[in-house]
Amino acid sequence: MGMTITEKILAKASGNEKVVPGQIVVAKVDLAMIHDALGPLFYPNFRKLETPVWDPNKVFIVVDHAAPASTLSQAEWLSHNYDFVRDYKIPNFINNQGVAHQIIPEGGHILPGQIAVGTDSHTCTYGGLGAFSTGIGSTEMCNVLALGELWFRVPETIKVVITGKLPRRVMAKDIILKLLSMIGVDGATYKTLEFCGETVDEMSVDSRLTLCNMAIEAGAKNGICTPDEKTVKYLMDAGVKREDIEMLKSDDDAAYCQEIHIDVTDLEPHVAIPHSPANAVPVTEVEGTPLNQVLIGTCTNGRVEDFIAAAEIIKGHKIPNMMRCLIMPASNKIYAELARNGCMEIFAEAGCVLLNATCGACGGFHEGLLFKGEACLGTHNRNFKGRMGSPEAKIYLASPATAAASAITGVITDPRKI
Amino acid sequence: MNTYRGKVLSKFGDNISTDDMTSAKYITSHEPKEVAKICMRDIDPEFPAKMAPGGILVAGKNFGCGSSRETATIAVKAAGTQVVIAESFARIFYRNGFNIGLPCVECPGIHDATDVGDEIEIQYSEGKIINHTKGTALEFVPIPESLFHQIEVGGLFPLIREKLEKRSKNTN
Repeated sequence: MGMTITEKILAKASGNEKVVPGQIVVAKVDLAMIHDALGPLFYPNFRKLETPVWDPNKVFIVVDHAAPASTLSQAEWLSHNYDFVRDYKIPNFINNQGVAHQIIPEGGHILPGQIAVGTDSHTCTYGGLGAFSTGIGSTEMCNVLALGELWFRVPETIKVVITGKLPRRVMAKDIILKLLSMIGVDGATYKTLEFCGETVDEMSVDSRLTLCNMAIEAGAKNGICTPDEKTVKYLMDAGVKREDIEMLKSDDDAAYCQEIHIDVTDLEPHVAIPHSPANAVPVTEVEGTPLNQVLIGTCTNGRVEDFIAAAEIIKGHKIPNMMRCLIMPASNKIYAELARNGCMEIFAEAGCVLLNATCGACGGFHEGLLFKGEACLGTHNRNFKGRMGSPEAKIYLASPATAAASAITGVITDPRKI
Repeated sequence: MNTYRGKVLSKFGDNISTDDMTSAKYITSHEPKEVAKICMRDIDPEFPAKMAPGGILVAGKNFGCGSSRETATIAVKAAGTQVVIAESFARIFYRNGFNIGLPCVECPGIHDATDVGDEIEIQYSEGKIINHTKGTALEFVPIPESLFHQIEVGGLFPLIREKLEKRSKNTN
């Protein structure tokens, strides 16, 4: 019996020839990501250990949640990050330059076959590059910073085979929303979601990052795509040498606990209705729902292709007076590219709100909180009750194309009709 | 702590998220007693008042889904929760619970079989839950020994120190 890509990564990192689902292994960590909101929870304890950081070069501290601070308490927790970076001489400190889940992939900081952990549940995003990547708590990060390792239960893998050509204005986001509606918010708890099939082979690395970003919304430990030549090009563009990239894939006789097939040939744009990412329905079922805010961006859909799709729809239109259309690129690098390729001009002239690269309103921190009775459609990953402000607000999740179409009409709109 | 007996003081349904437990918009401090005050505010504003030291929290499926924020487990524990018994847990919450010394017991059937006010006895090693109020019993897969040990020493932190000491002895 062969191994899946996830099993191969965990076997190598734990010094085992072979591992099987259910086995507990202690794996060496290649990258530890800490963000400003949850680092301060463990910094005091780490200081008590009076030990150096196991390998400062493998640690990334990213200020993206309260970026920049909007309240005094946020400003205080930021100061704890600055102190920690200074005291422990952390070389990789990313301060207000974008969301970690874009900074890490676009910088070529994580490679196929490596293990990444982060103090954020959406750390599973880096699986789009063929890494094993998962979210952990603050105390576990304290363990990683001291010892460079962490225990894992080798997960069972669900194989998600995606086939067919995506129709016009239907995006990777629609696929993952469709999958979530099929398996539910705990359909992959403790497990791996391995995305494969011709549609995944055809899609960009950015789209693969979108798929893996939302693996956690099914409860998954990690999401993963097989690295290929597109992965290699993406990483080489980020400055990685080809010889440093390990190509690995699941064996043909690897064991899966479940196999799910999705043919996207006739897939409609999907919208997750309140209050669960798994409540996805075809857009045609909710067309016309009035909105007060649209959010385009975040670590789920804040990449260049996402904004190109949105700009194509928004170009030449005006955002209605009672609508706020928030544009929030996932990193400054993306921001710069959008300035060069004309997207930012289109958004500005249409009357969008141009925000900095931050977690912002997605996490309910700042820059776009909702009042009771308001409705927001966003390209982010979570629409839990109360997440973006009032528990009496409604949050819908959709693709950048659906978000853009809805922004110019003020109601949920099928992007295929624009 | 092989056996614990206490009262169910709070009960929730399925998919209670970490946003429900500690919503970012209410967080002004990471201090346990402060996060306890905002715990569950959007879904049950009375939760901090209902929960008292030693109380048992019962929940449905996928308890603690969502983010990796450890404030969620800290808040639930600081509100007084001695143990959470749920149909199932989201994995990061489950790990975080044991890491800060809050046992999480996965027990299918617990939600429908239990009401607030019930007197419950948890036999950890036997994997048995006895409801003394109703005279019923349920079984669960006992918690792995390593995690059980973690609860006994108060969480993961003391073990990090232990491992560091062991490592430095080995290299000396």
